[in-house]
Amino acid sequence: MTVLLVQILTGIAGASSLFLVAAGLTVIFGVTRVVNFSHGSLYMLGAYIAWSVFEHLPHTPLGFVLSAAAAALALGILGAALEVTLLRRIYRAPELLQLLATFGVVLMVQDIAQAIWGAEDLTIARPHWMRTFVVLGGERFPLYDLILIAAGPVVLGLLWLILHRTRFGTLVRAATQDRDMVAALGVDQRALFTAVFALGAALAGLGGALGLPDGSANLQLDLSVITDAFVVVVVGGLGSITGAYLASLLIGILQALGVLFVPKLTLVMVFVVMAAVLVLRPEGLLGRAGATVREATAPPLVRPAEPALLGLGLAGLIALALAPLIVGPFALSVLTEAMTAVLFAASLHFMMGPGGMPSFGHAAWFGLGAYAVALAKTLLAAPMPLALLMAPALAAVVALAFGWFVVRLAGVYLAMLTLAFAQIVWAVAVQWAEITGGDNGILGVWPPHALASSRAFYWFSLVVCTAGALALRRMLYAPFGYALRGARDSDLRAEAIGLPTARLRLVAFVIAGAAAGLAGGMTAFGKGSVFPTYLSIGHSVDALLMVLLGGVQTMAGPIVGALAYTGLYDVLLLVTGQWRLVLGAAIVVLVLAFPQGIAGAAMLAWRRRAA
Amino acid sequence: MPLTRRSLLVAASATLAAPAIARGAGKPVLIGEINSYTAAPAFTLPYRNGWQLAVEQINAAGGVLGRPIEVISRDDAGKPANAIRLAGELLNEQNVDLLAGGYLSNIGLAISDFAKQKGKLYIAGEPLTDALVWKDGHRLCFRLRPSTYMQVAMLVAEAAKLPAKRWVTMAPNYEYGTSAVKWFKQLLMQARPDVRFVAEQWPALGKIDAGATVAALAEAKPDGIFNATFGGDLTNFVRQGNTRGLFEGRSIVSLLTGEPEYLDPLGEEAPEGWIVTGYPVESDTSPADAAFIATYKKKFNELPRMGSVVGYALIYAIVAGIARAGSTETDIMAEKGFPGAEFQTPFGPAVWRAIDHQSTLGTFVGRIALKNGRGTMVDWHYVDGAKVMPSDEEVRRMRPA
Repeated sequence: MTVLLVQILTGIAGASSLFLVAAGLTVIFGVTRVVNFSHGSLYMLGAYIAWSVFEHLPHTPLGFVLSAAAAALALGILGAALEVTLLRRIYRAPELLQLLATFGVVLMVQDIAQAIWGAEDLTIARPHWMRTFVVLGGERFPLYDLILIAAGPVVLGLLWLILHRTRFGTLVRAATQDRDMVAALGVDQRALFTAVFALGAALAGLGGALGLPDGSANLQLDLSVITDAFVVVVVGGLGSITGAYLASLLIGILQALGVLFVPKLTLVMVFVVMAAVLVLRPEGLLGRAGATVREATAPPLVRPAEPALLGLGLAGLIALALAPLIVGPFALSVLTEAMTAVLFAASLHFMMGPGGMPSFGHAAWFGLGAYAVALAKTLLAAPMPLALLMAPALAAVVALAFGWFVVRLAGVYLAMLTLAFAQIVWAVAVQWAEITGGDNGILGVWPPHALASSRAFYWFSLVVCTAGALALRRMLYAPFGYALRGARDSDLRAEAIGLPTARLRLVAFVIAGAAAGLAGGMTAFGKGSVFPTYLSIGHSVDALLMVLLGGVQTMAGPIVGALAYTGLYDVLLLVTGQWRLVLGAAIVVLVLAFPQGIAGAAMLAWRRRAA
Repeated sequence: MPLTRRSLLVAASATLAAPAIARGAGKPVLIGEINSYTAAPAFTLPYRNGWQLAVEQINAAGGVLGRPIEVISRDDAGKPANAIRLAGELLNEQNVDLLAGGYLSNIGLAISDFAKQKGKLYIAGEPLTDALVWKDGHRLCFRLRPSTYMQVAMLVAEAAKLPAKRWVTMAPNYEYGTSAVKWFKQLLMQARPDVRFVAEQWPALGKIDAGATVAALAEAKPDGIFNATFGGDLTNFVRQGNTRGLFEGRSIVSLLTGEPEYLDPLGEEAPEGWIVTGYPVESDTSPADAAFIATYKKKFNELPRMGSVVGYALIYAIVAGIARAGSTETDIMAEKGFPGAEFQTPFGPAVWRAIDHQSTLGTFVGRIALKNGRGTMVDWHYVDGAKVMPSDEEVRRMRPA
């Protein structure tokens, strides 16, 4: 009995830590709609800064409070700077572009933090008051955990007071509900957004500082907290601070009990909870349906390319077909990867652009395709064509099962549910070692002799992936594609003219999954081995980056984005040890220069010239 | 000199510009090296220092086969797909004589499988997975570091002497952790049929819920705890364990915890009395080790870590294989050169086993103690890798190739 009590208290302390990270994210998200991928980086910087300050102060409670305050203040300033220099310029850009921009920041912060604080984990020497405990029914319980348990509600209360008892808070709440109306009433949106971002960043910094006594400041903090923070925000309901706290409690306590009763479940506990909540409550615990978001302009109708552009595409294809005769082996391996990346990105674009269903878990289908090929090859000794067919087949079947839940949601809720499913698939791949080889993966998935040379395999990839991408394009210009876009732009009107919108979305979801599965299958043969990394969040993010970099609202976007991102990444990784700094800066510059994506910007320039 | 890309370039161009003794003696032996430099810098940066020192020393002494050696190094960013692309680049564009490196086990396996497919030699440094030389082993793959099995076997020898009968295990939830726990249970129950395993914990790598995990372990009322977590997870675990008194009156055996990379961040909370594998770098364990530490410290102005030893020994182990082969032809190196080749390391002499291509490099086993407010290893002894191997029949059974 005491054990249960202690475990639940531990869970509540964990919930406070979660809440401190997530509160800032939900404040930012609720008002600005920015999917701030760099929130984990702000948290990490908070931990490092608090460490640096605490090293120079007496290790008293006051010293620690001052360190945490310094971290919060520093991050508040940094957050405001980030908003003014970067995010302010892209609010009008397509949805999720901020994700791309803030991902660039994540990469840069990784290199900068390592340059400043070094590679090794940094810990503070805990004074007695941080180490001591109280005895609850014979069990020791850390005093610091009690402090954390209190810190969560205190921060929640302060935020509530700010939001409900100040003019600033009233404006923030109004902007959360209808930001265009707030702007129309003459409120200076820019100052409001900057202030909100500073507040959110300061909360992240505070979270990083308060996590220090239980752990360390290290370079893995950024990515390890960011997904959990998003999960809490979404489970709680976007923009709802109280919801975020309830979600933290739910997740924190279930996680602590999970450790006690089903210790093997640690990989997916959080995601199982999120999937369950989203299936039952598509708007999260306290999310309100219909926070008003007015599309300033409906995305323009994407028409088939003009003859001149088609000619350009054809010329590009011919150049790609001739490439093996000209370029060296390394460039050829990059191009081979770029081919599968094109299909992977095109498949995500299919559901995200015309389908209106952004996905944070697209790697699930890619990875399933890769595993289908690997298992067909090693378990069934299937020949390559059959194995390759299994890839889209398996991805499509699983996508059909998951899709039924997914397509009923919208926006970021939908994206997070795909993430949850992807994480569940990933956890199965890691833990079902008898079949999947676990983390050691499946080796020896090489193509047959005829395709063993890098040239032959490149040409094969070019044919398969181009065919796949063209098939996707063909479907988007068929009545199916127009119906899909109709459902995206106005669900009600589409329903009214008799379009089965849910089924349309489901079909699009399955097709996108199958195409991604094919890309995964090709990659399995290209690399000769399959690992759970193909299912990881990082791989899903790669797909998003490619689509956003190219431009969501163009047909060529994912293709251009995949070529640009793969080329940039592969070459930078080869030539510089500071590739994260350079790649991150390049992404930020590209986002600022081409908020419509590279292909989108080219398209605009082309039209302007023609006009 | 702090290690930066620029200093590497300067060093490299200096090597090229200087009329080095070896330069006239033939084109350099090229080692294509791949590691997770940005994804795991705490290990790989000291590792890079280590191999740079070895390259410098070997070239100053005339190289191998009368030729200098040159390492061409690549960062895999922690992803197997990158490692395979870069391995292709090293093979096709740089024409390296062999591949080396690796930190994560899955990347080691990916490079190994690639090497097998392309008919090149791959010498793995750090990857710990047993599969590399056993289940997925092949004639072109060799591995330097004592594997998960070997290090667990070293700890089991100590754990079997303890009075503890009720054991719990604690390991990260992926292959390294599951293998470590599997071997620990199997080997300890062989040595001590009277022990029982009463609970296990599997925190997600990098995401340990330390308070809940510690409370759940305490609830099992164990006499002994086997731990395989490391890095940030270990820090969180130790802090919660110290506060909640999990370690008091219990025996703890812990994999890798004595390695300076993981011991240093624990600071003054380093848990005294834990039986660990690692590297007592403050102790100058042997004349060879003392000489290595002194040179390393002079060059890099810090103490070596375990990574430094791995990087340093890796180059000497490769050079020994090449020298014995008398050639850089892959088949001659794989058949005649490496199997049975002896080499020197800071820990003592070691040899590449012919039976499974595992080196006999061992590691230290000792207890953690506090000195001057930080953790260090005491009562240590070196365990030769050859002493903790399963029987040859067992190895042949586990190694189909």
